[in-house]
Amino acid sequence: MSLAARALAYGFRDRTVGRGVELAVAPGEVVCLLGPNGSGKTTLLRTLLGLLPALEGAVMLDGRPLGEWTARERATRLAYVPQAAESYFDFSVLEMVEMGRTAHRGVFSRPGARDLERSRAALERLAIAPLAERPIHRVSGGERSLTLIARALATEAKHILMDEPTASLDFGNQALVLEEIARLRGTGAAVLFSTHHPDHALRIADRVFMIRNGAIMSSGPTAGVVNSENLSALYGRAVEVASVASGQGTPRLVCVPSSGRQS
Amino acid sequence: MRPALARARFPLQLSAACGVLVLLALWSLALGKFPVTPSEVARALWSALSGGRSGLGENVDAVVLLVRAPRVGAALAVGAALAAAGASYQSLFKNPLVSPDILGVTAGCALGAGIAVLLALPIGAIQALAFAGGLVAVGLVVLVGTWVGGRDPLLTLVLTGVVVGSLFGAGIALVKYVADPYNQLPAITFWLLGSFSGASPADLGATLVPIAVGIVPLALLRWRIDALSLSEDEARSLGLPVGLLRLVVIVCATLATAASVALAGAIGWVGLVIPHAARLLAGAAFARVLPLSLVLGAAFMLAVDTLCRSAFATEIPPGVATAFVGTPAFIALLALAFRRSA
Repeated sequence: MSLAARALAYGFRDRTVGRGVELAVAPGEVVCLLGPNGSGKTTLLRTLLGLLPALEGAVMLDGRPLGEWTARERATRLAYVPQAAESYFDFSVLEMVEMGRTAHRGVFSRPGARDLERSRAALERLAIAPLAERPIHRVSGGERSLTLIARALATEAKHILMDEPTASLDFGNQALVLEEIARLRGTGAAVLFSTHHPDHALRIADRVFMIRNGAIMSSGPTAGVVNSENLSALYGRAVEVASVASGQGTPRLVCVPSSGRQS
Repeated sequence: MRPALARARFPLQLSAACGVLVLLALWSLALGKFPVTPSEVARALWSALSGGRSGLGENVDAVVLLVRAPRVGAALAVGAALAAAGASYQSLFKNPLVSPDILGVTAGCALGAGIAVLLALPIGAIQALAFAGGLVAVGLVVLVGTWVGGRDPLLTLVLTGVVVGSLFGAGIALVKYVADPYNQLPAITFWLLGSFSGASPADLGATLVPIAVGIVPLALLRWRIDALSLSEDEARSLGLPVGLLRLVVIVCATLATAASVALAGAIGWVGLVIPHAARLLAGAAFARVLPLSLVLGAAFMLAVDTLCRSAFATEIPPGVATAFVGTPAFIALLALAFRRSA
């Protein structure tokens, strides 16, 4: 039960974005992908999802190369949570989550009792069950993000890849979504999410991969990797990691850009 | 409307829409220069279906079954087909502003059919050329739309459709220009405006087959189309064979459109307006939008055609009448789409 990249080169037919990527996510852990704009986070995630073919090396899903799974087998093992963009049609929250059951149903069959049950369970898990019948255009950005995470849970996939799930959310909604992502450990899922905020990694990630120019610059347990030196190198700007006292007892780490450019 | 309510209400809505459809059909069959009562219509239809004798005059049977029924059947079939095609295109292109006519598909079909009429080909060949023209048009729209890209995909697709449609419109103008001005030109012009008056039982029979071949796969796939209307990455990650499914939907919707155009000419707006009406009533789920669109499209087309042939001293083409309804509806949708994205 794992998702792993082995000596992976990824990118597009006419442009390699990165090579030599070694990466693995195991059940019950939350892993964060950090990197500046254009570093290749989204392209890497799309390759790990099988939406782009690996240029070299392989992505292994539960011990087999990704390409050997059929599309439907893959969809029940590997789920994708996109940024919470506006959908074109005004589906209800429940209808949106039920789409996660697509690969579990026959091509011509309607959602059955089990599909409904799984979808509702996913809504319960993310504490948005009361929104089930709300039109998706009438929920907040945070709730839309949680809906997409619920859809990933409804697929019953044990690997969930999220592309900037907190992007374009306000501060409160970012905190809400991060808390729910952290709680996914309880489902035994392996979670990999990308973000622009190293603070989010400090908040909930067990491990961190830092990507720069397509390659993994640094990786390991969060506390060891998200430090001043690595962040400064990653973003090309001096960053301090400071400890602040919090009301909950244990001090917490936060990232603060230093003034002035890094020499 | 709250979706739970929409879901619970749907069977009732669909039954009510079917009921309205039946009443409309009886009313339309009874209406005309030769007076027939709705109960006589019902008896004539029943005897035709059961094989017995109606006991009515031969005139009544002839008017109802041979003169009016094919026309009513044609209006129902074309309305249902165009509405289903419109609903499918809207989901497929993730764009509430498209329909067979706005995408230029209707114009493509009309050019194909026009060439076939010019060459005096039989109905089967008219349909085949209409289908080919429609596929070329939608293919061009997809290619050009993808190539142009742009920040506003909604508008890019609509503009591309308009451009492709006007290109095929030029082709139609050329067909008219070279047509024999005494025999062919009036027929082509009249047919292009959209009309059900020439529908013979044989034409209707020949049209129902391709329309059914187009609509049945769409109906079978109706539980998959919603996921297809998400972003391509989402749809693929949910396990859908996106490319194949898109191709099936495009071919089916275009086939239904082509058969409609071959029978009744270029009737616009039905495919745009009706799916929106269905969504307003039943919510966004395609599994509800498609059946309701079929029934509402058929009812709308029949009501329009019946009014067009009976409300005025002289018949007006139904394609003209639908534009009066469709144009304001499109402007309203455009305003809605832009206020949402603004």
